[in-house]
Amino acid sequence: MNDYLNDPRIHREIIMDHYQHPHNRRLSEDPSYLKAHMASESCIDDLTVMMKIENGKIVDVCFDGVGCTVSTASTSILTTLTLGKSVDEAKAIIAQYYTMIDLKPFDGEVLQEAVAFQNVGKQANRINCATIGAKAILQMIHEKEHHDEK
Amino acid sequence: MLDTARIRQDFPVLRKTDCGELGIYFDNAATTYKPQTVIDAVMAYYTEGSVNIHRGEYDRSFAISEAYDAARAKVARFIHADPHEIIFTSGATASMNLIAMGYAEAVLQPDDVILTLESEHASSLLPLMRVASKTGARIEYIPLLDGGRFDLEAYKNALHDRVKLVAVAHVSNVLGYILPIAEMARLAHSVGAVICVDGAQSVPHLKTDVTGWDIDFLSFSSHKMLGPTGLGILYGKKALLDQMDPVLLGGGSNARFDRTGQLVLKGTPYKFESGTPAIEAVLGLSAAIDYLEGLGMDAIYEAEHALKARMVQGLSTLDHIVLYNADAPTGIVTFNVKGIPAQDVAFYLNANGIMVRSGNHCAKVLVDVIHTPDTVRASLAFYNTPAEVDRLIDVLRSVTLEACIAVTIA
Repeated sequence: MNDYLNDPRIHREIIMDHYQHPHNRRLSEDPSYLKAHMASESCIDDLTVMMKIENGKIVDVCFDGVGCTVSTASTSILTTLTLGKSVDEAKAIIAQYYTMIDLKPFDGEVLQEAVAFQNVGKQANRINCATIGAKAILQMIHEKEHHDEK
Repeated sequence: MLDTARIRQDFPVLRKTDCGELGIYFDNAATTYKPQTVIDAVMAYYTEGSVNIHRGEYDRSFAISEAYDAARAKVARFIHADPHEIIFTSGATASMNLIAMGYAEAVLQPDDVILTLESEHASSLLPLMRVASKTGARIEYIPLLDGGRFDLEAYKNALHDRVKLVAVAHVSNVLGYILPIAEMARLAHSVGAVICVDGAQSVPHLKTDVTGWDIDFLSFSSHKMLGPTGLGILYGKKALLDQMDPVLLGGGSNARFDRTGQLVLKGTPYKFESGTPAIEAVLGLSAAIDYLEGLGMDAIYEAEHALKARMVQGLSTLDHIVLYNADAPTGIVTFNVKGIPAQDVAFYLNANGIMVRSGNHCAKVLVDVIHTPDTVRASLAFYNTPAEVDRLIDVLRSVTLEACIAVTIA
């Protein structure tokens, strides 16, 4: 893991950058996209995440909506990390992300910029913000898998 | 002028705050701190009373029943009503649901109109929306001025002879403006409408006179006025309460019933109070009213107004702050920091020992009027100090997006 990913100043910059200039911030009109609307029951977070899976690969993933710094930046980073990955790779990334949020040892090589959130699990009332995008991505993958099994 | 230093000694939580053990509390619109006298009254019930009311043929039950009835009389005097017009409920939310289900549902006809405001709290709007869909009545909104201020002319224009119920908060929990409630009641009555007032944010902070204002219903809650949680009050004009059916039935509210289902209810207000009430909360509320009256509601209003003015004055010197209700007279200050979500600002303030609320404050419809999905709300009480206000301004002076993120991921 690159050393710069251990620097709290870098973590702040990563989150600032992804909040102010989110990646993949758009929605698709294409009906073949999966869609997950994630509205927090306790705060303002209200994000829609969309995903297109083809032949076991995430060929597109994007999001839009209203959210705080943590929900916006984490969703931006996780869409960036999972875009172009196989479904299995994406699941592994999300699993590592949850491991990190649980404050357990994680693989920084897998999580890349998402390591900026390695301490957010200490703030119980921000865990929902930090996992709203992860939850959406996982939900759509499960939906696709469930659909393909039929 | 109130002696804030002495007042703070009356509140155990504030004594801890002043020792640096607890942070600065600016979420008084959510609930207020409790003075020792209220805590003592609650404790005394459990340590010295601890029996049910209006049930037992024994001395202690009589004594507690008497104290309970005296509390009802005290609440009535506090808002200038008759004790028979005071119903104890489980909270202001329950009071508003009782108006909707017990009154509005019985009287509203298809195409009747409920007139209300987009700034209303969910606890007012949601019961009304349900009663509208059940009865075929419509909800109409009095247009607010830009920024969410109330406009009496717009209200006059919105009234018409299909309006049967006007439902408004005397003081908005988001913006803190005071409505001209007596004039509104007069105008509502002139078209034959009944006016029901949400007093959750007004009764704790202003003098209340339901008789002088001639309002028909008023709901408010104990815990926002120094009293215990789990207790609300519904005031209603006796004639209206008499024509209403209770929503809940059970012990305590009936005079007699038989196996065939013949039921004779008690009179108002007892017919609305089935089951054992929150006795200790009612006794605590009685002590809370004593405390408020000891200070004087006018003095409380003046103190909170002065604190609010100081906060507004300080915040207006900061270019990165957007204030939404600088001109509202009550102690509610609603703002945002440019470029930072409200939740992150609130979280940053918490990291600096200041408790505020962020979000839409249960007034989700207002979002379209003030053009922002979420805000930070600092709500003051008379026991807050100028030094606490100055501390908030100091912390906000140096707030940045990076600093907010830093406290979240540290």
